[in-house]
Amino acid sequence: MTLLNVDAIDVHYGDFQALYGLSLHVEEGETLAVIGANGAGKSTLMKALAGLMAPTSGTLTFDGRDITRVPSYKRVPMGIALTPEGRRIFPSLTVEENLKVGAHSGRPGPWNLASVYEAFPLVSDRRDRVGVNLSGGEQQAAAIGRALMSNPRLLMLDEVSLGLAPVVVEQIYAAMPAITGNGTTVLLVEQDVNQALKVADRVQCLLEGRTVLEGTAGSLSRDTIASAYFGI
Amino acid sequence: MDWLNAVLQGLLLGGLYALLAAGLSLMFGVMRIVNLAHGVLAVVAAYMGYFLVHNFHMNAFLTLIVVVPVMAGIGWILQMGLFNPSLKAGGLAPILVAFGIAVVLTNLLQALFTADTRSIDAGMIGVQSIQLNDTIYIGVFPLITFVVGVLVIAGLQVYLNRTRDGRAMRAASDDKDAAQLMGINNRRIYAKATALAIGIGGIAGVFLGIRTQFSPTYGDATLIFAFEAVIIGGLGSLWGTLIGGIVLGVAQTVGAQINPSYGVLFGNLVFLAILAFRPTGLLQKAVNS
Repeated sequence: MTLLNVDAIDVHYGDFQALYGLSLHVEEGETLAVIGANGAGKSTLMKALAGLMAPTSGTLTFDGRDITRVPSYKRVPMGIALTPEGRRIFPSLTVEENLKVGAHSGRPGPWNLASVYEAFPLVSDRRDRVGVNLSGGEQQAAAIGRALMSNPRLLMLDEVSLGLAPVVVEQIYAAMPAITGNGTTVLLVEQDVNQALKVADRVQCLLEGRTVLEGTAGSLSRDTIASAYFGI
Repeated sequence: MDWLNAVLQGLLLGGLYALLAAGLSLMFGVMRIVNLAHGVLAVVAAYMGYFLVHNFHMNAFLTLIVVVPVMAGIGWILQMGLFNPSLKAGGLAPILVAFGIAVVLTNLLQALFTADTRSIDAGMIGVQSIQLNDTIYIGVFPLITFVVGVLVIAGLQVYLNRTRDGRAMRAASDDKDAAQLMGINNRRIYAKATALAIGIGGIAGVFLGIRTQFSPTYGDATLIFAFEAVIIGGLGSLWGTLIGGIVLGVAQTVGAQINPSYGVLFGNLVFLAILAFRPTGLLQKAVNS
């Protein structure tokens, strides 16, 4: 069953157009990785899906419902959660308070403080520390935990590995089986193609606001991906 | 002994200033709104209390049961109707809106109640006092004001730290876009914060009206004292606001002890000294980072 369907959306920043008639679909339970170079429109796509930016045309459908005009705070109770680029941990709140704010919508499900701490030992060790005093990796882990606290059907992760040491990236991705094992659908944005191929069922590559390549993770060769990624 | 007495009276007066300033501090902490109408809104509450006591012979303290919910409702409506739309237009717009509200309310009070000074009659409790020794008396009413001030600040702090809505207010204060991504409806959470702020301003207004004589323009002086308490304590810190209120109150009563006309002057001098030597206030921010 298609959980999320994006049909030909245009997104503009003022006069600048970031997405050109972009279409995409995510099946329930699968992990889709959206890859692409800087400025390909990946983060813009995420913002549009979370409701922080409105598409100028096209429609977004979630679980059969048109959500194009639904404000972001109403998308969370429907089961859409975004870990935004830059993590956006609340700096003056402790890690545990950040997680509790993540549960604001009160959606029931398998994720709560205990299960998040179990999946992310990195977060568990820092539960009483305020957000501003966390390292990048701790922030990223806390941000994913915070998104999970809303028990999403669709978890969107934006640039998980950006700016993090490889060993920290490994630690964070180690929690992926616990997330997808619950049947959670994941939409992942990554600059690190190898990392994306490791966890994704399917890959979609963007270039300058358009899809240039799409296929199952196993079926695409490195060369095909590289040429699509760089547009050569 | 006179000096000790002055300090003690100032401490109790600080409770009233803290009550007046708590709402101002909350609105700034959560939304960065400088509510220039806060003083006038407290005076509106004082008139409401006066009206209920004068016309329905209600007990002055019992008027709070009516005044606080009505003021909270006014806060909700002002936030939903005026402040929320103005927030989209940048930082200056909400200040101008608040200024406009202050002007309108002041004139409305003039039209309804004339420019005569009024006072809320609290009966015996307004004049009773407790004798500590030969020279020091503590007024029962100032003591009640102080205790209520401390309880309100403590309650507000617990609310912000422990409740779902309180945490949401702090989250929205830190990062309003990220708060939306958590499913927080910022406009509603702002409206709750303002309802709370103006409701507390209602308590302050009734207490103010029992303590002193007021007129429709009394909101200006009230606003300045509340502002000074917030700045002395440190922007966005509630316990700081309590301490700021106490420092201001003590400065005023000690000044008045030197010369009865120096009270307000001394308060202002302490405020200016804090701005010059410790501009972040006595306590660091707690509501925001």
